[in-house]
Amino acid sequence: MTATTERQKAAYVSGQAADGRINVELEAEGMTLNLGPQHPATHGTLRIVVRLDGEQVLWAEPVCGYMHRGYEKLCEVRTYPQVTTLVNRIDWLGHFANEVPFILAAEKLMEIEAPERAQWLRTIFFEMARIANVSLFLGDMGVQLGALTPVFYAFRDREYVLNLMEAVTGGRFHPNFDRIGGLKEDLPKGWVGEARAVMGRVRSFCDQMEDLLMGNEIFDRRCRGIGVIPASVALDYGLSGANLRASGVDWDLRRDEDHPLAWKHCDWKVWTHADGDSFARYWVRLQETREAAKIVMQLLDGLPSGPIQAKVPRIIKVPAGEAWAHTENPLGEMGYYVVSKGGLGPFRVKIRSASFNNVSIIPWVLRGVFVPDVITILASLYFILGDIDR
Amino acid sequence: MIPLSSVADQVGGASEGEQPDGAGGGRTTDSTLQQLVEVLRAELGEAVVGSEVTGGDAWVRVDPGAWLQAAEACKRRLDMDYFCFLSGIDWLDNPDLSGEKRWDPEGTGPEDEEAAGNAGGEAGAAYSTGRAGGETRFQVLARLYSTTRHLGVTLKADLNEADPRVASWVSAYRGADWHERETWEMYGFTFDGHPGLRHLYLPGEFEGHPLRKDFPLLARELKPWPGLVDVEPIPGDEAAGDDGDAAKLAAATDEGG
Repeated sequence: MTATTERQKAAYVSGQAADGRINVELEAEGMTLNLGPQHPATHGTLRIVVRLDGEQVLWAEPVCGYMHRGYEKLCEVRTYPQVTTLVNRIDWLGHFANEVPFILAAEKLMEIEAPERAQWLRTIFFEMARIANVSLFLGDMGVQLGALTPVFYAFRDREYVLNLMEAVTGGRFHPNFDRIGGLKEDLPKGWVGEARAVMGRVRSFCDQMEDLLMGNEIFDRRCRGIGVIPASVALDYGLSGANLRASGVDWDLRRDEDHPLAWKHCDWKVWTHADGDSFARYWVRLQETREAAKIVMQLLDGLPSGPIQAKVPRIIKVPAGEAWAHTENPLGEMGYYVVSKGGLGPFRVKIRSASFNNVSIIPWVLRGVFVPDVITILASLYFILGDIDR
Repeated sequence: MIPLSSVADQVGGASEGEQPDGAGGGRTTDSTLQQLVEVLRAELGEAVVGSEVTGGDAWVRVDPGAWLQAAEACKRRLDMDYFCFLSGIDWLDNPDLSGEKRWDPEGTGPEDEEAAGNAGGEAGAAYSTGRAGGETRFQVLARLYSTTRHLGVTLKADLNEADPRVASWVSAYRGADWHERETWEMYGFTFDGHPGLRHLYLPGEFEGHPLRKDFPLLARELKPWPGLVDVEPIPGDEAAGDDGDAAKLAAATDEGG
């Protein structure tokens, strides 16, 4: 062992902690490895600093902020209808689902409710956003394990759902379609029939994924018993969505909240898994995609007629007050705490995004695991970077 | 302790009785939430300085000294096992930042003046604060939820403007770690007992607290928000009496280029 001078130590520490966001000390043992910010497994620019002892992780710390866009500040200088354009880009794969809770919060403050048909259509688009979002996860999880086929199927079948969204909203990724008091437009002609066919495809896609991955020995051994999160820890960290349900917590806002959206009219099931490992998280999401297709089918069958927009003033002013609205988004609980002082725009918007909490558990869950498992655990936690950084 | 436990039992009984297996809504009633607030009052005593229950939501404002005790009480007595979020509010009215939004095409009605609070007022004026009241410029707020009772509560505490400081929740909810780091860098609140208040989003050398209302949004300083064209009149829209407003709007948006 050669002695290290103080100057070398200082240079090393400042090099490691160049942006000051991580607390790096000169380690006596182990090796520091930067995973990201451009690693494909991180779905964007999340950087994870792991200290390794051989193949084992001693500690891990995620570093986010490479994509922080300051939406909470920007919302304060926008009018209410303009905010939906921003929030579309939080979880960019679950596009429409981001708009809904914000609109619900604004409607709560204005004490108006969208008409029945608008609520049903919102629910349909919401679940389609879930399918588009989660199906990518279902394919991507295979890629992290070296199985390339599933992700091609995922991209192919997601495209059908996105085409449907495009036919209605004009936007594949950023529909910006939800309005205070209803929706921008009604469905185009012939859309319902097409949507039924696509939902059939989604179901067969789920079966395909199950055939390809479940029961595959590599998939089983790389996922079962890996990255186990007990229910109490998951709740403590504020995990939500499929990550929480895969730890055995039977909680779904679509069922458990008194919601203006149309889930209460459907017959569907909330799936949970007792294991809390990577496999359970995959399995729960697979079932949820099936349930989403089921919900959409039922809603298409019972779609009520009528107006899609409640009567709202042309220039929307929201009365002073505070409202909290949250929904069960593809990634978990997403909520907006909106404070209004009675102007054209919100005074303060706190965005509670699911991935932020879902990722904050990484230091806990990665401690002691092996390097290859880091990738599968990260993939199974399933985050979207825009949803962490906002 | 006897009245306390009886109240708690009522809360438990009421919500458990309202949990059918299947789908269904309408189970969070204001009276249930009122009972929840009563439990907190019994547990924390004088430390609960304000509360409000409206429209299926509950707000409880506690003394900043009892911030951590409030979280523990929620966790222990009300089964609030799920940590939702923690953040802050700066109640300072900054017309420079959002002045163009408060510009009123329909003429300033008296009710708007009141609703907008002290719009255009200087720092040091009385702050208009929201649900459950408040006396200071800064408030820390957090939301907890019970996944078994399906009830949530928003907790608030007033913080000293000169030295916003409150106890950390990390010992009660580990998920509070990142939220407190974010609030620390965005608002400059100090969380006593936090294991490491480091920058989360912003670079280490960043100065200032961006979400404070007196932190300028440079894009708006240089150029007014051009997005006001959004409220331009629709051609052919004959809504009576709107023409004057439309002209004013057009004038205002022209300035923005």
